[in-house]
Order: sequence, then structure tokens, then C-alpha cells
Amino acid sequence: MAVETSQSVAKAAGANSARGRGRRTENTPRSTGPGRLRRALSTHWYAWSMVAPVVAVIGVIIGYPLARGFYLSLTDANEANVERTIGVNHIPATYEFVGLDNYKAVLTDNVFWDRLGWTLVWTVSCVALSFTLGLVLANMLNRKLKGRTFYRMALILPWAVPAFVSVFTWRLLFNERSGLFNQLLAGGGIDAISWLNDPTWAKVSVIAVNVWLGVPFMLVAMLGGLQSIPAELYEAAEMDGATAWQRFRHITLPGLRPVSGTVILLSSIWTFNMFPVIFLLTRGGPGDATEILVTYAYKLSFVVSPRDFAGSAAWGVLILALLSLFAVAYRRALRKQGDMW
Amino acid sequence: MSTNTQSAPAPKVRARGERSPLASLGLHLTLLVATLTAVFPPLWLVITSFKPKTDAFDTSVVKNFTFGNYSHVLGDTQFLAWLGNSLVVVGITTVIGVFISATTGYAVSRFRFPGLRPLMWLLLITQMFPVAVLIVPLYNLLASLGMLNQPVGLVITYLTVAVPFCAWMMKGYFDGIPAEIDEAGRVDGLTPFGTFWRLIMPLAKPGLAVTAFYTFITGWGEVAYASAFMTGEENLTLAGGLQTFVNQYTADWGSLTAAAVLIAAPAAVVFGLVQRHLVSGLTAGATKS
Repeated sequence: MAVETSQSVAKAAGANSARGRGRRTENTPRSTGPGRLRRALSTHWYAWSMVAPVVAVIGVIIGYPLARGFYLSLTDANEANVERTIGVNHIPATYEFVGLDNYKAVLTDNVFWDRLGWTLVWTVSCVALSFTLGLVLANMLNRKLKGRTFYRMALILPWAVPAFVSVFTWRLLFNERSGLFNQLLAGGGIDAISWLNDPTWAKVSVIAVNVWLGVPFMLVAMLGGLQSIPAELYEAAEMDGATAWQRFRHITLPGLRPVSGTVILLSSIWTFNMFPVIFLLTRGGPGDATEILVTYAYKLSFVVSPRDFAGSAAWGVLILALLSLFAVAYRRALRKQGDMW
Repeated sequence: MSTNTQSAPAPKVRARGERSPLASLGLHLTLLVATLTAVFPPLWLVITSFKPKTDAFDTSVVKNFTFGNYSHVLGDTQFLAWLGNSLVVVGITTVIGVFISATTGYAVSRFRFPGLRPLMWLLLITQMFPVAVLIVPLYNLLASLGMLNQPVGLVITYLTVAVPFCAWMMKGYFDGIPAEIDEAGRVDGLTPFGTFWRLIMPLAKPGLAVTAFYTFITGWGEVAYASAFMTGEENLTLAGGLQTFVNQYTADWGSLTAAAVLIAAPAAVVFGLVQRHLVSGLTAGATKS
């Protein structure tokens, strides 16, 4: 853990007490030599010991694998040459350091760019659809309405069911030969659609399922946001003769901005990394049609044979690089709202 | 979508917020369609689970009502073993996860200490870690420590998934508790830990409930790590076990649906109890300054 200088601590403490939430306001005087560490330790030992378990767990389970994953991505490790034990024989690792070859291979291969393109389509369409639906439904539920509690409970039901259970249910409904959807279509005289086996329909299906899973979170978050907008604003606007659309456009949307910014970012990250929906619904198929970056990297190391650990690690590092862009955007958004850490 | 149709032909004056009957109808119709879409798949799951295996794809609702799938799942499969595995893994994860995310959340909410900023970054970045980056090295690490197929391996893994987010949520809750309470505790001679444990923790109970629920659901519904780290039919967790009913070679939809209902029902009940607090908690950590 990096140790900050006492100057910046003082700054942080000052900024903090300005917001009236400061606990530790006495500033450690600047000093040099061994006394400084001891003083810092005696001032901060309880804070440090409270965060120590988390730092330890994250360090061991994320720090080590991350460093090792990065190293693996620079080698030619696969199932055949890693350290392994067969029966009583212990076979040492024989993979070699190959520098940036894996990255070169991945980035010059169309597979990566194809998967990246689909991952972006997937993320943007899922987030846009679930956000819009959530916003519309939340606006409806925010009115005086008979049966509001019933609608609310029913609409957030998909959230209450574990995702993998829902996904299996959808597979039952999408079943090509005898699933309910195709039987209903047959009843209407329409040919069966191979929901999960046709590349285009498979893409539509996975997005539909993910939107179905994502709307409840959006809905509840938007409801919370709507309730925090003061009713006086609407009254004043109505007095001035603003139409419903104008009220929505100029009061509701700006009022929702803090909440909507956060949920859009969160759900973008979640959707980008959404493993179970695609893995369980289509296994990435047909072919690679619905494979997003995360499921493809998983496939490289656990599904294909021989397992390509180095390639998978290189994909992983590239995914992480993309996600750090998200992190920077998120941090910016937080700073705009005045979070000072 | 309905709007207030103020320009209706009849010059009747409506009170604020009052709708024309037509608008009301549209509102209710839209909501009903949405409700049906939301409720139908889980409902169909429940219905299918009560049909004999051979009727799994029958479109009629109740023809041959049976508990056969349930008795098959409970009696003849490893379902109870999977349930046990899941309960052990998720239970331990929840207890440890809630405790350490509470202490961390409290520390980052109340203290300004060197390392705070890197720690916040760490928590933020960890939240967006994709499974794919870690899973292979983690697999190797657990293998070399002999922790594959052991609940403890999954517990530690799930902690890293759930704790960063929960720490953010808890920070949001603690930020909402006035610092004067801490000060009063300190004046009365409590240590920082004493203040946290005896004054703040009881006040943060709703937050703790949400954190516990979130950790629980994370573990209960996790698929990737569980599929990779646990092998052998009796070592699987629920997510892994369910996959054995329907894979490339077999399709026992009867057992699958019954097992799925048994898995989803308790989670849905708990969800119903905590849902009021859920979103304030989920967004608090992120939106509150």
C-alpha cells in the first residue's frame, strides 16, 4: 500500500472537515527520520487494521493471479507444457517466454476485433434498452395508481430469481423443436424460429434475456431517483403552463442525472463482463456468434483443447485495459459529484 | 405510454395529477403487459416443474399434475449435496464478507489515513475485474495449494468478488450516520473499535442486511468460478449441478425445473424482505459524496 506524505494527509483531512465529517482533524507535524513512520503508525493503526483483511484478501487473490496472468500472457503456456502432476509423476513446466508475441497474434487476428465489435453492440444495446424501459416504467409507477405495489413487486421479480435459473428457463422457452415460443408461432401458422441456433436470432435472444434481467435494477434505481425530485418543481412548472413532455424533459431528466449516470456506468461494466447469460444460454454459439470477450477468453482456457492459457491471459489483459477506461470515466463522474477521496 | 391529455374535447377541469379514463386505461394496459413479461418466465418454470417429465414442452397449463420431478430431484440426484455445498460456501462467504466489508467501509467513511486513495481505487477497479483475467492463474494457484474442489477456495474467490462492492455500499451507509455519534462514543471513553462495534454497527443494521443479501446472491448465482473449480458430481454447487441436468447429451427438463424452483424460491423470499432497502444501498455507495 502506498503511503502518502503527511502534507496530502493534512489536505485530505482539511477537505474532509470542511464537509463536516472529519474524525481526525489534528495534523501530524511534518518530521523526518524514523519517528515519522512510528507516528503515522500510532495515529493510523486502527484505520489500517480495519482495512487490512480486505487488502490481504484482494492482494492474495487478485494481486498474485493478476501478476501471474500478466506473466503467462508473455509466454507460450498451454495445457501441454504447464507444470502438472499425473499420478505420482510430477512434470515441471516447459513453457517459454515469448515476449509480446501473444498480443501481436491477438491484435492482428480478426477474431479479437469481431468479438470486440459484438461485445460493444451487446453492451450498448442491453444498457440502452434496459435503461429506457426502466425509465418509462418508473415514470408510470411514480404516479398515483391503483395496484402500484402489485405492479412494483411483479416488475422486479426477475431480479429476485438467480440469473442462472432464469437463463435455464429461457432456454426452455426458446427450445427450437418444442419450446413454448415456437409452439405459439406454429399456432399462428408461422414457421419455427431457431432462436439459439441462428446467428442473428441468437444475438437477439441473448440481448432480450439480458434486458429482461436488467430492467428491474434500472426500474428500482429510477424510482428512487424520481422520488428524490421535489414535487414543488412540478407544481411550479405546471403553473407556468409547461406540458407533460416539457416537465419530463426539463425537470425529470436533469433531476435523475446523478442516479442515471451511476446506474448506466455500473450496468455497462456488468454487461460488458456478463458471463452467465451467454455462457449458459448459447455457450457462445452458434459458432462464435454470441461470444463476448469474457466468454471467449474463458473458452480459450477451459473449453478448447489444448487449453491455451497464454492466449487466454493475453485476452484477459486486453479486456482489463478496456475496463480501466471505464474506471477512469467512473472516477470522473464521481469527482463531478464532489466525492473527494 | 400515457400523458395527461389536458386538451381533451370535453372542457372538464381536472385536478392536478388526475387522468382521463383513456390515459388510465393506457397506463394500466402498458403496465400489465410489462408485468406479464416479467412474471411469465418464472411462472412457466413453476408450472413446468409440476408436469411429468414427458410433458415438459406441453403447452397446456395443468394436465397431469405431479410432484414426481421434486421427489426425483430430492431423492435420486445429488441435489441435496449441491445444496449443502452451496450453503456452506455461501454461508461462510456471507459472514466473513459482511464483517470485513463493514470494517473497511467504516474506515474509509470515517478516517482519513495514508493509503485511503489507493485503497478506494483498488476497491473500484476490483469491482470491474472480469472473470477471464483471473480464472486461469487463480485455478493454478488453488491447484498448487490443493484447494480445488474445496469450499474454501470458492469462499476466498467469492470474497474478492463481493467485498469491494459491499465496502462501497457500507461506506454509503456509514456516511449517512452522523459523525457526532462517534464523537459522543469517544468522549464516553470508547476505543475506535468500541465505537464501531457498539454504536455504529447497530445503527447500520439495514445496510448490513443489504450487504449480506448481496453477498449471498453473488455466491448463490455464481457460475464461472464454480464451474471451473469444482468437479465431480458430489462437489458441485447448485449452479454447476443444474447444468448437469441439461447439457449437450441429456435434457432432463423435469428435474431441471424442479431443482430451479427449489433454488429460486428461498432467494426470492429473502429478496422480497430486503428489496425496500436494496437500491438505496446499491446506489448509495456510488452516488453519495
